[in-house]
Amino acid sequence: MAYSDKVLDHYSNPRNVGSLDKASPNVGTGLVGAPECGDVMKLQIKVNPETNIIEDAKFKTFGCGSAIASSSLATEWVKGKTVDEALAIKNTEIVKELSLPPVKIHCSVLAEDAIRAAIHDWKKKQGVAAEVPEGSRASH
Amino acid sequence: MSTDVKATNFELREGPNGIKLPIYMDNHATTPVDPRVLEEMLPYFTDKFGNAASRNHAFGWTAEEAVESARERIAKLVGATTKEIIFTSGATESDNLAIKGVAEMYREKGNHIITAVTEHKAVLDTCKRLEKYGYRVTYLPVQKDGLVDLDDLKRSMDDKTILVTIMAANNEIGVLQPWTDIGKLCHERGVIFHTDATQAVGKVPIDVIKQNIDLMSISAHKMYGPKGVGALYVRRKNPRVQISPIIDGGGHERGMRSGTLNVPGIAGLGKACAIASEEMPKESCQLAGLRNRLRGRITGRLDEVYINGSMDHRLPGNLNISFAYVEGESLLMGINDIAVSSGSACTSATLEPSYVLKALGTGDDLAHSSIRFGIGRFNTEAEVDYVADRVCETVERLRELSPLYEMAKEGVDLKNVKWAAE
Repeated sequence: MAYSDKVLDHYSNPRNVGSLDKASPNVGTGLVGAPECGDVMKLQIKVNPETNIIEDAKFKTFGCGSAIASSSLATEWVKGKTVDEALAIKNTEIVKELSLPPVKIHCSVLAEDAIRAAIHDWKKKQGVAAEVPEGSRASH
Repeated sequence: MSTDVKATNFELREGPNGIKLPIYMDNHATTPVDPRVLEEMLPYFTDKFGNAASRNHAFGWTAEEAVESARERIAKLVGATTKEIIFTSGATESDNLAIKGVAEMYREKGNHIITAVTEHKAVLDTCKRLEKYGYRVTYLPVQKDGLVDLDDLKRSMDDKTILVTIMAANNEIGVLQPWTDIGKLCHERGVIFHTDATQAVGKVPIDVIKQNIDLMSISAHKMYGPKGVGALYVRRKNPRVQISPIIDGGGHERGMRSGTLNVPGIAGLGKACAIASEEMPKESCQLAGLRNRLRGRITGRLDEVYINGSMDHRLPGNLNISFAYVEGESLLMGINDIAVSSGSACTSATLEPSYVLKALGTGDDLAHSSIRFGIGRFNTEAEVDYVADRVCETVERLRELSPLYEMAKEGVDLKNVKWAAE
């Protein structure tokens, strides 16, 4: 099948490939998809706790060219946004930007899921992180 | 196609070491017409355009002569006699004719058909249709190496079994089934044996008598002949096999397949068979050499690559490999100057990977990661080396991009991960 120029560009020069320290309290990790389905995306965000702005984002993807492009684009889009702004990103915007054909729409859905999962993970950590220092303070 | 989608460029361009790009290494899908075949065909489009069924003038006689000469060449290649070769539009039609033809002809005798899960859709879907008409079909599983278990076959035969249809060589993994033994089992029980030999004819030696084959589908375009022409071998002695036609009309081909014969195509198929008869021994060694070179260069450089299907019972030009942690379609995208096929079905709406690989017990993850290389007559050593290098580079790059590879390197057992379903 033929790919759009934007998909080819992200595939050949993926943005923000790599990993962040998943143990860091400021990092949220989303791992979505399944190997049996032919798509797995890992998307990580590093959030400034003062501003809730996503300062860095990284991804790794096992999947077709459209899946790689969707996750690469997702990291570009979330960077510089607040967590709430990033949550508002819709898969349809990814479809439009990359001119994905109907059979590849699931790739964009997975990218949206990856953003949500990363933010969810980060939020969960904030809940835990907020409790732990308080608890340790109380013990003094 | 919409304007923002890039059309594939088919113009050949110069590559390193004098090779031309893109490289065609998908010879199980189709093969180019050998120039010698084309030369044989050309006169039958223009000067010698007669209808082989015209019995009362030279135009017809010339065409008929070409058809009969082709029939001889095909018969010679597979050990048959000329009266046993029926021309068709290709192997899909031959499969349909063989299976439906036997089903109808032997309906009084029984209604049970045996086939295997790794067959081509031309066989599987024909069998499925017959199920709607009251036939019973057994779909045999295959072993891990892709071969049918003869004991399974024996056990599934009963007194209503009329036909066993098992392919000679698989189109995805190139695995050669034990035809001789299958045919023997069938003959011992008075069951007809059909084999779809689309991938095998002209590639490996076939003798329909020694190998106990009763019906055999043949295609021209997988053996350097033209598309749209094929044949069905129908045994006439020990036992005499009869089939009902599926196309009615002028009673061509001894009443088994009506329709004006495709004379240029048939002449091409005949020539392709003549070339194969001459060159097969040398060519199969050469292809196996290239295939083993490709395999060695890939497995020598990459870890966690898995060969799908038996290496001992295999077409010489076939290699089917799974590259763990890399999805097949993205790999194809990275080697876009090489024409090969993937067992991943990311392009299809079902998202189901190859049913053939799944039948071997290959996990869906590895099925998604598979590539089929089909080396053919016109591939060279320089091309094989280029392909191996490009594949290895691309797999390495995509593994750097793969969360699965990262997790595996960290020691995570991917089988124990709870994957979130979409």
